[in-house]
This record gives sequence, structure tokens and C-alpha cells, in this order.
Amino acid sequence: MTNRAHTPNGHGTEGLLYEEPTLFEQSAKGRKGICLGKADVPEMKMGEEFGSLVRDKAPDLPELAEVDVVRHFTRLSIQNYSKDLGFYPLGSCTMKHNPRIANKAAAMPGFTDTHPYQPADSVQGNLELCYELENMLAKISGMDSVTLWPAAGSHGELTGMLMIRAYHTSKGNPRSKVLIPDSAHGTNPASAAICHYKVQSIKSGPDGLLDPSAVEEAMDEEVAAIMITNPNTLGIFEENFKKVADIVHSKGGLVYLDGANLNALMGYVKPGEIGADVMHFNLHKTFGTPHGGGGPGAGPVGVVKELSPFLPLPRINKNEDHYNISYNSDTSIGRINTFFGNFAVLVRAYTYIRELGATGLKEATEMAVLNANYIRARLSGTFNLPYDKPVLHECVFNDKIQNEFGVKTLDIAKRLMDYGFHPPTVYFPLIVSGAIMIEPTETECKSILDDFCDAMIAIAKECEKDPDLVKTAPHHPFRRRIDEVKAAKEMCLKD
Amino acid sequence: MRYLPHTEDEIQQMLQTIGATDVESLFKSIPTEFRSKSNIDIGDGCSELELTEHLEELTLRNSCSSDFASFLGAGAYRHYIPAVVSELASRSEFVTPYTPYQPEISQGTLQVLFEYQSMIARLFGMDVSNASHYSGATACADAALMARRIGKKRHKIILPDNLHPEYREVLATTLGVDGLTVIPSKDGCLDKSKIMKHLGEDVAAVIVQYPNFFGIVEDMSEIATSTHNAGALLISVTPEPLSLGILNHPGQWDADIAVGEGLSFGLPVSFGGPTLGIFTTKNKFVRQMPGRICGKTVDVDGKGSYTLTLSTREQHIRRERATSNICSNQALCATTAAIYLASLGKQGIRELSLRNASNAAYAKRVLASVNGVTLPFNSATFNEFVIKTNKPAADVIQALENELILGGVDLGRWFSNMNDHILVCCTELNSKKEIDSYASILTEILS
Repeated sequence: MTNRAHTPNGHGTEGLLYEEPTLFEQSAKGRKGICLGKADVPEMKMGEEFGSLVRDKAPDLPELAEVDVVRHFTRLSIQNYSKDLGFYPLGSCTMKHNPRIANKAAAMPGFTDTHPYQPADSVQGNLELCYELENMLAKISGMDSVTLWPAAGSHGELTGMLMIRAYHTSKGNPRSKVLIPDSAHGTNPASAAICHYKVQSIKSGPDGLLDPSAVEEAMDEEVAAIMITNPNTLGIFEENFKKVADIVHSKGGLVYLDGANLNALMGYVKPGEIGADVMHFNLHKTFGTPHGGGGPGAGPVGVVKELSPFLPLPRINKNEDHYNISYNSDTSIGRINTFFGNFAVLVRAYTYIRELGATGLKEATEMAVLNANYIRARLSGTFNLPYDKPVLHECVFNDKIQNEFGVKTLDIAKRLMDYGFHPPTVYFPLIVSGAIMIEPTETECKSILDDFCDAMIAIAKECEKDPDLVKTAPHHPFRRRIDEVKAAKEMCLKD
Repeated sequence: MRYLPHTEDEIQQMLQTIGATDVESLFKSIPTEFRSKSNIDIGDGCSELELTEHLEELTLRNSCSSDFASFLGAGAYRHYIPAVVSELASRSEFVTPYTPYQPEISQGTLQVLFEYQSMIARLFGMDVSNASHYSGATACADAALMARRIGKKRHKIILPDNLHPEYREVLATTLGVDGLTVIPSKDGCLDKSKIMKHLGEDVAAVIVQYPNFFGIVEDMSEIATSTHNAGALLISVTPEPLSLGILNHPGQWDADIAVGEGLSFGLPVSFGGPTLGIFTTKNKFVRQMPGRICGKTVDVDGKGSYTLTLSTREQHIRRERATSNICSNQALCATTAAIYLASLGKQGIRELSLRNASNAAYAKRVLASVNGVTLPFNSATFNEFVIKTNKPAADVIQALENELILGGVDLGRWFSNMNDHILVCCTELNSKKEIDSYASILTEILS
């Protein structure tokens, strides 16, 4: 450690890079960050009421003043790369700009100060919003009805697969298997497994697409459903979707569409019209709600009318201009979450869809596809395209060319940080060795895409000329390469 | 459209680079017969001003807490949110990143999650916490699935009916009713002897709620011992973890998995969501735990660093053999909870917890003195309690609403023999004046 400015308690900085001690390291006995004010009722005598159930020592939380809390979290916040800071081309994640009006809407006291057990008469605004959002999602997707309550995409998958199981059970046999292409998200097989289905993996064809003959071969009357992502995780439209759907339907199976990539389809394809029976939406991807460092999102599920009876509870109904809530149904799979799901996320998505309208959504899809194709065109040749087919909203390269210089995808990803970019998704889909999966989204302009592509091309040159520079990256961010093996081995999971 | 920065010139230049004539042609990989014949039938978009007016109009069709004196709780507790919490948690550096897959440029979120895990583990008295689940109810369901994995051939899950009814419903939906045994409570408490009768070799776990759905604080040591003696796991569920400011923590009675709902920690009730699923367990079960976990490590320069870890449990690696299907979680809610808990601190959480209990104790005493009200259960309660009225609960609640009081939750909704029982909640937001006025209006209604 040379030339480093040091202060004994860690409050000093090196430039503007703050080394921030933990909350616990900053704790000082007797400090408080809140003041409760005087009680107007007598203080309960804990010992008399709870006896031996009284906690013997106060919970060992840190003791800090408000200013400590403010500085701590402000300093930590600036150690993050974020969408608001720049380009965030994570494939499959649809990191588009998060409109501010949606945050303002979600924070309106008329929404935030409502309780789930208020009488339905007193929450007509909430119910109308939910009812209309269900309708709009149905219109966008061509599905007949929608539930809003799943808290995330994979929670939506679970909900959808539970409905599929309920549907087959109502026909006399829940069936035992689910077909899933090897290019699928890991959540697909994990969700199917919770519903007690055996997962049968379907190998993608040489063109990266679902091969109808492989589906035909695997298909029998024990198959409950096939789970398909379309466009698939290579960004390629599954042109045999309908053929595959017909094969599955002919044996009584259902088609589950993973809607993670709906941003490629709005205004062009309605999955309900081409054979999907169940699909989930990722409101935090397609409809611009913030990702929050991992959540909360929301994963509504749409179904065709044959599956509507199985939708989870509660259901919101409209009777003339009045909305009511039904909590009971003989056929429903039941509740999949408490209350009304991640309601504030629903408010944000509703706001987004209302602002864009039909035309805006279609334009968003068009510009997302334009951006992905532009990046693909600019980086082809410099990076290897394992599947050379036209793409929609994202494109997948790999590190085959750079492997010759001993450089791997992970190195390229880390080096991108030195150029000020968040790396793309790496090592996914699993069918591509060393995958680099780039999804720019529609909210980025040409000059940003150019800077990103220039950085990628510069890194490719570095791989040839100075591979060690890339292999030891990142050099400039807040932390250099982090030892993930040590973390897993030593398991220090709390202070 | 204002979220699309492209100029017409740029679009043309980009198309030229791509070698395409127009944007439409980029969609030619979609066979024509798949193209939707009709536009999306949701009408035109609107301006931000129009949108704001529309949203305000929607909120006007809601009545919110400020219009009422509210005594609603039942798993969604209203609390004062210090200004510092909402302001810090809405910093876009926390709001707009993805899951911190690239730790070198995500140390902020990662350190916050590490501190969240640390504070939650300390509060619950457990070895380890994950970085969040969706909600208390989904955490409870995933805990039951985890107990079945650990129990191998053990399949049965025992739960009392004083576990939140919506949590019970989520359990039934997720696990299926087969193997779920619901034991009716006795005087609002666990029927321990009945539970013990069911504790055979096929039991994977016993689930208990602490404090329970009726607000009662039960001593769990005995049931914990019996459960462990039978070789099963004890899962503890705490929808109001603020209670742990003054009450014994689940670690003290040796819970194997302790879950909870973190909505009380700085999040607005917001019609019930987003919630925050709290998930903690013992070290020996950490590899069976669902969800993201943040761990401490170093970078190549030896600087202390944080990263997501133990990911071989997770769906993106292990697919159908993963410990859970969870991917997106409630990270921003965990961030909010971390800021809230850091603000409260060691003394603050105790004081606030006691304030909630004191307000509820006062309300319980005052309401119990109203003619026509009795207390069906006589056990100690934290922030909630049940009253029995001499008129149907639904009518009483409606009459109270007419006087701008949301008097509580009608328990007849879930318990067919409790149509004259109301679950009443008090937090620091309920003043003495509000409570006194509830009592006097209730006196009129019941006379």
C-alpha cells in the first residue's frame, strides 16, 4: 500500500473512493438514530406480561446516529454500478431505463397507505388498477386471463406449472414429465421440479433452435407441458414454435411460454395466438420497473380460458363500475402469496404501460431489436458468433477467437469494467461455451452503443497484444478481481 | 416516445451498418403467420401530466390510513417510516442495479446485503440469514420444502391453525395438501398434546408462529424439544419481527429454520406489498437454504470484499436439483430493512417494540372494559389481540368504518366459529386518543 491516505477510523478517503467500515465497526454504545417521543399510555411491565419470554439482552444491532446512517449508506451506494450510471447490457435481464413517473406513482400516499384488509369499497382505486393491468397484459400477450400475484418471474413459473398440474389432474392424470430445451433458464427446470415433475431436457438443434423431431420423439401422454422461451436465450425466434405446440397439444400436453424475452415481441407477436397456453411476464424486465439490486420484481401469469378456473386467489371482479374481491373458488390452485403480491411493482408497470400505450410498446420493441442487431453487426468478426442466425432483442457471442490468446469470457467481462461498462451476461445460455450474451434494450442511443462496441473491439485487440492485461482485469474499479472461491470455502456470511 | 433516444438519422445510420432497409425487416425471422393481425388493443399512450392526473384520480377512489383510525394488522403492520429510511432507500444507486453478479462493481449492494444478513441473524438469534425471500409466507413454504429435503423420507409437515391463514394457504398451494396436517389450536394456543401425538417418524417439520396469529406470545421450548426428540425440524414463523426487540428470539428455543415478514422494517404497507421474506437457519443447514447469500472474501490485493456465494445451491447452476427456484428476490426491501434497523439500533428497537406492546396492552384493557366485549383468550399478547363482541363482527366492523375507524380484521373470514371475533392491532401509530375513541364508539355500537 503506497501513497495511500490513511485515517485511523477509516473515515478518510483516497480520492473519492471511500473504504467504508461496516455498521458494526462504527457502532458506539449509547448512540441512537431515532427518537420515539413521549408515550401517552403507561409502559407495559414486560416481566409481568411475558415472564421468562422476555429477551434477556437487547438485540445486538449497531448503535448509530442519523448522520452515521446517512453517510454509511450514501458511501456504499457510490460503490455500485447502476442503470442510472450507464449502459447495463445484461442478456436476458432487459435492463431498460426505469421511468421516474412510475416511482412517483408507487410512492403516492393514496396507494402506500392502503391496507390489504380494508373493505373492498375503500380500495376501489387499487382494485381498478389491478383489474386494468390484468386486462392490458392479456391484450399485449393474447392470453385470456391474468393473475398479478407472483412476486418474480420464477414465482410466476411455479404458479403456471401448478396450474398446469391442476388442469391435468382435473382431466384425471397430473402426468409426470415436463420437456425443457437445454437453452432454457435454470428457473424452468427448478420450478417444474417443485411441482413434482420429472424434467426431460430437449437438445437444441445445430441451428440453436428447438427441433420439432426431438420434441416429437420425447412427446407422450405422460408429458404435462413443454416450457419454451421465445425468442430463445440466443435471441433467435423459435420459428417452429407452432409446429412444436401442435405436437404437444396433439398428445394433450400444454405449452408454457417463458416471457422473459417479451421485449422482443410487443406489437408483433401475441403468444396466445400462436399456441402458448400459459405464460409469465417479468414486469421488472419488459415493463421497466427497477431491479433493486435483485428485486422486488413481479411475475404475473397469463392463461388461455381452459386454464382460467385454476388461476390463484384472490380474483378481482368488475360489476358495472364496482370492483370486488373473490377469495374462494373450488378449482383455483389457491393462494401463492400473501395479500396482493408486490402491489407497488404493479403500480409501476401499470404506469409504464399507460404512458406508452399500444404504439409506444411496439416502438420500444422495435428499437430494442434495432439496438441488438446493431451491436451484432458491429462486433461480428471481432467476436465469434456461435449461431449465425438473425436475432431479435439480444445477441450471443463467445470467446472462441480470444481463447487462442489464453483469454476467457470472464476476463473480457472484467476488462469491460475498466472501460466503464457493466459486462453482459456471461456463460449463459449453457449451450454456448464461454457465452457473452448482450441485451442493450431500447433506451440506449447510438453513441453509447458505439462506445461499448469500441471498448469490446479494443479489448479484443488487447487480447492479441497484451493478454495479461485482460486476464488480470479489472484494474480500475473499486475492487480488483474478487476471490469467489474463498468466499464459498470460508463461508463468512455475517458479522 | 421519451424513453427512446434514437433520432431518425441515427436509425438510418444503424440500419446501414446492419445492412437492413428498414426496422420492420429486422423482424423477418418471425414467420408471417405468427405476426399478430391486430394492434395491441389498449389505446394510446399519454403525457406525464395526464398520467399523474389519472393516477391521482385512482388514489382518490381509495381511502387510506390518514382518512381513518386504523387498527388493522394481521400480518401487515403499519409503522412510522423515518424520513432517512425512504430517502436513502430510494437512491437510484440502490434502486437501479441488477442482482450483484459482478462483485467488483457492486460492493455497495453486497455490503448492504451482508449487513442485512448480519442484523437479521442477530435479531433472530440464528446462525445465518439469506439475502431475502419474497414474503413471510413464501419463505415459510420454502422452509417446509427445505425440511422435507433434509428429512429425506420424512414427508409430513405439522402446522397449527394459529399460523396466519394466508401462510397456510400458500403452504397448501406450494406443497399440496397431501402431507400437511393442520392441528386446531386450544384457547388460541398450540394444542401441544395433540401435536405430540402426531410426531411420528414420518414428520419432517413442525411449524409454529411466534407471536401467533391471535397475537399470543407462546413459550416454544417444550414443543421444540418434542419436535427434536422425534427427529423433526422446528420451523418458526414471525410475521411481526419487531416483537423480537423485547421477546426471546427463535434461536433461544433452538428453532432449526426461522422465517419472518420484514414489511415492518421501513416498508410502506402499500396494500400488502412488496413484502420482505426473512429466512434464517443453522449453519449446518446452510447448503440446503434457498435464495441468494452474500459472503465476505478478499480481492487480489487482499482488500476485504463481498460477493454472492454458495451459488451451487441455486437454479442457474443446479437446475432441477436446486434448493429452490428463486432467482429475483426482494433485495431493495432488504436494503430498506437494513437502513431501518441501523437507524433503530440496539436501544431503538427495544423501545419501539415495547411501545407497540404498551399501546396494544392499553387498547386491550380499554376495549375489554366495553360492555358487550370479552377477551376469548387470556394469554400474553404482543401487538395484537382478539376481542369477542356481542354482535356479529362484520356488522361491528361496518359500524366502526362509518365512524372512520378500521376496527380490526373479522376472524370469521377464516374461522367459521369466530364470526363474532375481531383481531385488533396497535402500533406506535395508534395514539391514546384514537384508542379511547375506538372504545367509546364501540360502546355505542354494542349497546
